[in-house]
Amino acid sequence: MRRSMKLAAVLTAGILTLAACGGDSDSDADDNGGGDAPKSDVKVGMAYDVGGRGDQSFNDSAAAGLDQAVEEFGIDSQESEAEDGEAETAREERLRTFADAGYNPVIAVGFAYAASVGKVAAEYPEVNFAIIDDESLADVPNVASLVFSEEQGSFLVGAAAALKSKSGTVGFIGGVETPLIQKFEAGYKAGAEAAKPGIKVESTYLTQIPDFSGFADPAKGKTAAQGMFDNGADVVYHAAGGSGGGVFEAAAEAKAMAIGVDSDQYNTADPSVQDVIITSMLKNVNVAVHEYLAGVVDGDVPAGVTRYDLEADGVGYSTSGGQVDDIAEQLDGYKQQIIDGEIEVPTTP
Amino acid sequence: MTNARVIRFLLGLAAPVLALVAAFAITSLVLVVAGDPAGDVWSTILSWPEERNLANIIKNATVLYLSGLAVAFGFRMNLFNIGVDGQYRVAAFTAAVVAGEAWLPGYLNTAFAIVCAMAVGAMWAGIAGVLRATRGVSEVISTIMLNAIATGLVAYLLRKVAVREAGSNDIGTKQIPEGSRIPNISIGEGPTSEIYGFIVIAALAGLLFWFVLNKTRFGFDLRATGQSTTAAVASGISVKKMTIVAMLISGGVAGLVGLPILFGSAYAYGSTFQSGLGFAGIAIALLGRNNPIGIAIGALLFAFLDEQSNPLQILVGVSPDIVAITQGVIVLTVVVSYELVRRYGIRLEQREVARVLADQPATPQKEVSA
Repeated sequence: MRRSMKLAAVLTAGILTLAACGGDSDSDADDNGGGDAPKSDVKVGMAYDVGGRGDQSFNDSAAAGLDQAVEEFGIDSQESEAEDGEAETAREERLRTFADAGYNPVIAVGFAYAASVGKVAAEYPEVNFAIIDDESLADVPNVASLVFSEEQGSFLVGAAAALKSKSGTVGFIGGVETPLIQKFEAGYKAGAEAAKPGIKVESTYLTQIPDFSGFADPAKGKTAAQGMFDNGADVVYHAAGGSGGGVFEAAAEAKAMAIGVDSDQYNTADPSVQDVIITSMLKNVNVAVHEYLAGVVDGDVPAGVTRYDLEADGVGYSTSGGQVDDIAEQLDGYKQQIIDGEIEVPTTP
Repeated sequence: MTNARVIRFLLGLAAPVLALVAAFAITSLVLVVAGDPAGDVWSTILSWPEERNLANIIKNATVLYLSGLAVAFGFRMNLFNIGVDGQYRVAAFTAAVVAGEAWLPGYLNTAFAIVCAMAVGAMWAGIAGVLRATRGVSEVISTIMLNAIATGLVAYLLRKVAVREAGSNDIGTKQIPEGSRIPNISIGEGPTSEIYGFIVIAALAGLLFWFVLNKTRFGFDLRATGQSTTAAVASGISVKKMTIVAMLISGGVAGLVGLPILFGSAYAYGSTFQSGLGFAGIAIALLGRNNPIGIAIGALLFAFLDEQSNPLQILVGVSPDIVAITQGVIVLTVVVSYELVRRYGIRLEQREVARVLADQPATPQKEVSA
């Protein structure tokens, strides 16, 4: 009995801690309240992946796009986020709850929703769905697939890393080893190799599926980056969401350079590590969400695949801080070559 | 006599009721302190589920039930198998590969995959059992370690065998051929109102669990070893053998955990396959007092709370994490209230005995005290 008491106590403490980490995110981003604010009768439901709003990664980027649309068009919105390790039925029910409550469109953030969106979209043919990072539902009439050419943006920052590196070794840190993050790695390696043939690119991933903590663990990011700097790398690119903060810290301590991901992290990172961020690979999920919602408000609901690549300015590199100004010409040269199809960037490492 | 039985029944009922009421009160307190609308939260959670939600609850309870059984089997022998999580993932992956390759036709393929899953689950748990029996390594530590190894191993192997659908960022094993899938059972209209056909196997597993533990010599030995190792040794039971066998069986049951999902809805093991089921099983085994019926109730309760909390964020604007708190509190209050009720029961018995003794003539009592 005493033993099971102890077990229960430990278990409860664990569950409570987990729950506390989740935090409560009752963020009703709407309620402009003002009389002259634009008002639309569109009600959009946002289904985030694990981490939700505030993950400093792509969920946040999607949230930014939603916020902008809410402010501009006066649409109504409601959000819900996935729980870690939830059942497939939980994802389906989240989408159904939105649809039943009159939310249309429903935006699913993340490829994990692919199967659920496919199933629920068939059940609710009158509701429009959008899914980010997946195009396996390209043929479903009421689903819009918003996908990105992460490898193209990563190619450019890979080239930037190689051009800026003095040691001849650069690094890549991925959050979780999934095909999606491998696209970042593949592009980065190709870019570095193109700019400086024979350069050494070290790469590592923080966790393996189904452990998605690699996207939210700055301590792991820091350790991995420290290892790379100790091994002689002087530029490290991370595609690890919230773990990236640790990568920047390690770079600051090693007086080395780092490259951010998803948003312009020069502007969002802690000021103490700002100087080490030479550039960021931009993956404009916010633009995709905003454009999609603009279409919905106009009554012209997007469908099919919309690809956000270099040409569409869906991906790119940031210049805040001015540390890549000296090589901007070369980078823009690569950019043009990719757009023109002269350079074909691989999607698998 | 009937009176005593009624009291025992009421006491048995009192513990879980007390626990639920306490959990209800504590969660409400948390909600009020956090400034959330407690009334709306409870009316959402406690509303009668729609048909499709009911189906989801039964589906998820089936999975949780198997996980609870696996953990409980270890508990009965005083072994804390935290490794059910790793065991079921290794096993489900194995079953997915075996069934996906379809070396055998139709249901032979299914049966073979299930056997493989149980064997792999048993082996994975057996490592911890052997380490405990031969080197005295605590199974708590070794199974946690094995969970981490399972994650790495499955992720590595998955990348080796993975097939990727065009345009998807998900990777998974080959789809199980249609002839080897286990048909779902309909409880209403439409495909959303179906429950896993695997529920039959889960129920059989529960029955077998009860039979083996309560009606066989082996089960007696196991429980005896769990309650007192020294007594077990004294009566000629090989504790080492029992440790290994108990871990093997616990792991074998753990091998079944992911299979309802695999054969009933996912048809492949991929990066979005449900994780963390093993840990839920620990809570459910505790909740169900390691009893097959109790575990079923616990699994249903947890699945119910999970399902009903899902729309909270959308409809009430409260994070569904609140239910994680409720679940944790329930586990704690169940353990506490069982202890309280047990002590109360003992006191009641003592009073009864004292009364009976006091009523008796003085002479035999003197003899007793002499």
